[in-house]
Amino acid sequence: MTRARRLRLQVFRVIVLVLGGAFFLVPIGAMFEFSTRGNHSGAPRTLQAWTTIVTYPDLVGAIRDSLGLAAITSVAMVVLLLPTMIWVRLRLPRLKRTIEFLCLLPLTIPAIVLVVGLSPVYRWMAINLVDTIFLLSFAYVILVLPFAYRALDAGLSAIDVKTLSEAARSLGAGWGTVMFRVIAPNMSSALLNACLLSVALVLGEFTFANLLSYLNLQVEIFQLGLANAGTSIAVSVASLMFAFILLVILSFVGRARARVAPERAGLPFPGAAGGGQR
Amino acid sequence: MTTAVAAAGVGTATRAGVEVRLENLQRRYAGVTALDGLSLTMAPGELVALLGPSGCGKTTALRLVAGLEQADSGRVVVGGEDVTGQPTNKRDVGMVFQAYSLFPHMTAWQNVAFGLQMRKVGASQRRQRAGDMLDLVGLSGFADRFAHQLSGGQQQRVALARALAIQPKVLLLDEPLSALDAKVRARLRDEIRRVQLEVGITTLFVTHDQEEALAIADRVGVMHSGRIEQLGPPTTIYSRPATPFVAEFVGLTNRLPGVVHGGEVEVRGARLPMVQPDAADGPAVALVRPEAVTLASSGEAAGPLVGTIIATAFLGATSRVTVDLGDITVLAQLPTAEASALPAGTRVRLVLRPDPVLIARDETSASRA
Repeated sequence: MTRARRLRLQVFRVIVLVLGGAFFLVPIGAMFEFSTRGNHSGAPRTLQAWTTIVTYPDLVGAIRDSLGLAAITSVAMVVLLLPTMIWVRLRLPRLKRTIEFLCLLPLTIPAIVLVVGLSPVYRWMAINLVDTIFLLSFAYVILVLPFAYRALDAGLSAIDVKTLSEAARSLGAGWGTVMFRVIAPNMSSALLNACLLSVALVLGEFTFANLLSYLNLQVEIFQLGLANAGTSIAVSVASLMFAFILLVILSFVGRARARVAPERAGLPFPGAAGGGQR
Repeated sequence: MTTAVAAAGVGTATRAGVEVRLENLQRRYAGVTALDGLSLTMAPGELVALLGPSGCGKTTALRLVAGLEQADSGRVVVGGEDVTGQPTNKRDVGMVFQAYSLFPHMTAWQNVAFGLQMRKVGASQRRQRAGDMLDLVGLSGFADRFAHQLSGGQQQRVALARALAIQPKVLLLDEPLSALDAKVRARLRDEIRRVQLEVGITTLFVTHDQEEALAIADRVGVMHSGRIEQLGPPTTIYSRPATPFVAEFVGLTNRLPGVVHGGEVEVRGARLPMVQPDAADGPAVALVRPEAVTLASSGEAAGPLVGTIIATAFLGATSRVTVDLGDITVLAQLPTAEASALPAGTRVRLVLRPDPVLIARDETSASRA
């Protein structure tokens, strides 16, 4: 590659980076600018909309509920999907396409159709079991299936599930141990990805909650926007930043794991000194 | 390494080997018979190699012993106990796989200790035994390395240590050397045999590499179409193959058209004794090993066993010479010193050693004869 060509490529990269960054940051910046405006034209900048977030009782409750929903959905998704996918890979490979189809199906069905189908079930549960917002996690697990399936499938494809599980079984491990002590630790990045996608999706979900008459974060932001646009925008920016921080954490966790190898590879026979891992 | 092994030997002396019996095992996959009534009895501490081409059922047999698959019928008896219906994790078998199977998120030491942990062995005993096992395979200095920091050969040695650490009743080796390069393979093969003898564990070794099977096993079972065609010591398998399939699968064989007559087979004027002397008279193909063929100067004479050397392959101490007899080519294996005196183009006369030969009577032989 000639120097001129390398330079052109470098310039192109910078332009793409700047344009991409502007695409994401300008709207967020504009939202932040709007959320710090004073009450009337010419009024000084204020953080009142931001401080209202923590004092607004319904909003705090909605944030708490949405975080709870995100946690329940992520756990339920992992508990449901991971063993199923491992089992299908090991014992029922002919069902792989069927499972994949079922998991990707929610992508093709509009949320409104899902809600119409689910609303009688939710009505029945609300009357006969318990009426709580956390019932939404059932629907959210379905909603996150396509994204979680893709993330987990990539993780499972990266390891030799069959050999690892057979090796563990021959050493006396039961299926639970195989899944959670042998397979899961070797696809932790995929699991983190699947969980992050689930959290991001649940925190941004509006249609299900609104049509099923539950107050989650997005519904609360919407209603707040009708009464107090500044606070509504502040909460939106905050939830975007929260998702961004989650992404950064995930990326650092991934890098930290990847760095273990080269650092350890440089050590001269660590076991000779007695073995720190024992 | 010898020192390490000697030191580890006391600590690693496990239970004496047990008898393992496979009784009339049958297994079919979607209409295809993988095992067709396989029976095999392994003496305590014996190493039996199952040898055969791809699809002959050898890996299926091993997986049935491991419990990774269930037989359609038949029994697996280990140490007098029928384990046919038991799941893998209750069977007390140690297994080394063809693919690298170390748990990537664990160190070598943690891998070896995993099975002990599953058996609820106490921490101090676990540490002691896992250390002993790594000593046994000469990898005590690599205890804290992860799989990706070990070479292929080292990974398989750790896998062997891991399989032996749980003191299983039977050790199953599923082509553990096939992913390694030739030099490492030969070294690790000897290493596996040494460790197996040291521990005294009954071992089933599956391979498609005849050299490997003949070098490592007490007995070799040559498999074909889900059955054992011949089971015996390596020397017998090689020098006294019971069937044409065994003769052709194990080692190189010349197929020489001839005629059976009066308990002997006549091949191009040379009369050879037969392994099956009661075979009916008629056309047949004699299966002759290259080392049973020697070359003599032909002079100017012509004859049915006179031909021209067309190629010589250098194999080290010996060389394999290809002689064209006009209608067929014959391989002869000679000491390299002799072969180098016979360059390509030399006219030679073949001399067939009068060892008993097997005859085949398949479609090919009939048409050739």
